Amino acid sequence: MLLLLLSIIVLHVAVLVLLFVSTIVSQWIVGNGHATDLWQNCSTSSSGNVHHCFSSSPNEWLQSVQATMILSVIFSILSLFLFFCQLFTLTKGGRFYITGVFQILAGLCVMSAAAIYTVRHPEWHLNSDYSYGFAYILAWVAFPLALLSGVVYVILRKRE
Amino acid sequence: MAPGAPSSSPSPILAVLLFSSLVLSPAQAIVVYTDREVHGAVGSRVTLHCSFWSSEWVSDDISFTWRYQPEGGRDAISIFHYAKGQPYIDEVGTFKERIQWVGDPRWKDGSIVIHNLDYSDNGTFTCDVKNPPDIVGKTSQVTLYVFEKVPTRYGVVLGAVIGGVLGVVLLVLLLFYLVRYCWLRRQAALQRRLSAMEKGKLHKPGKDTSKRGRQTPVLYAMLDHTRSAKAASEKKAKGLGESRKDKK
Repeated sequence: MLLLLLSIIVLHVAVLVLLFVSTIVSQWIVGNGHATDLWQNCSTSSSGNVHHCFSSSPNEWLQSVQATMILSVIFSILSLFLFFCQLFTLTKGGRFYITGVFQILAGLCVMSAAAIYTVRHPEWHLNSDYSYGFAYILAWVAFPLALLSGVVYVILRKRE
Repeated sequence: MAPGAPSSSPSPILAVLLFSSLVLSPAQAIVVYTDREVHGAVGSRVTLHCSFWSSEWVSDDISFTWRYQPEGGRDAISIFHYAKGQPYIDEVGTFKERIQWVGDPRWKDGSIVIHNLDYSDNGTFTCDVKNPPDIVGKTSQVTLYVFEKVPTRYGVVLGAVIGGVLGVVLLVLLLFYLVRYCWLRRQAALQRRLSAMEKGKLHKPGKDTSKRGRQTPVLYAMLDHTRSAKAASEKKAKGLGESRKDKK
């Protein structure tokens, strides 16, 4: 029983960490000598010494990606907090509906953010030679994990 | 400071106040406030705000002057003047018939509106206010940028999406809890009515029961929706008012 609880909490915290890293780290699109993310694009010279970081364009789609990533982090944190609340206040046999709902919402938010970014990134990033960075991949990995975590909360029943 | 005198303590404070009023406040000056940058779309209109602070009361001789310096140009031309209660608008220059006076000296407002913007209107506008006898002061400048389409400021979409989604989620949660609370309250009321009715059935047999007998099936039918039918028929068979508190 304790093992189940621990594993659920570990999963939730892992999703939260993935969301944080994906939102903050500057590696959504990488190319030769430049790396962009949601907040700025940095370019290094070939020798690797000079860094120029500019803040990214105020494009509406980029802003919506930023907003949904922030929302997913908020929902995941709320879900963790509500989980601990419900752990102590829920009656026996009750289900963690609210926790699950918020976690599923977080997953949906991160999915919509990654999807919008994938479709619209040529609007603010005009370099043709690029590949997706690891923060972008982490966003896509966080989506099914968040959904899984949310579904587990909805299915779970409180014992003792 | 005389020792033992209670009125001696305010005197240093008084000295400081007097000193500050003489030295720190400007004797006579006008301070003009405008926006720093104004964005406008081609063909639309834009308001250039100008406000001021003066150490004198607003007199009838107050005058406003707007000057325009084109982008990259060196000379500033005067495009608007207001004096003695009468606005004088440019009738021959580039702003012919495009300027409208919307200010009011009583409200310390010297704003103008420029209609039908064009790309040639890019430049710096200076607002100059003179309020005799208060004529010394700084003017203020506002830079006009004319775009094909005014770009939305950064953060508007961000804030809107976050605020909108959070608001919707909160609203849905609130509605859900409200509906659940009302439903639970109705259930509790129904339960109370049922138990009261069954107690009444026990104590008053006879004619009343026959009357009530017609009523109870309705309640039982309603309860059949909320609880299982078996439990309802069980209650009927037993005839006792047994309240079950069964919460989720």
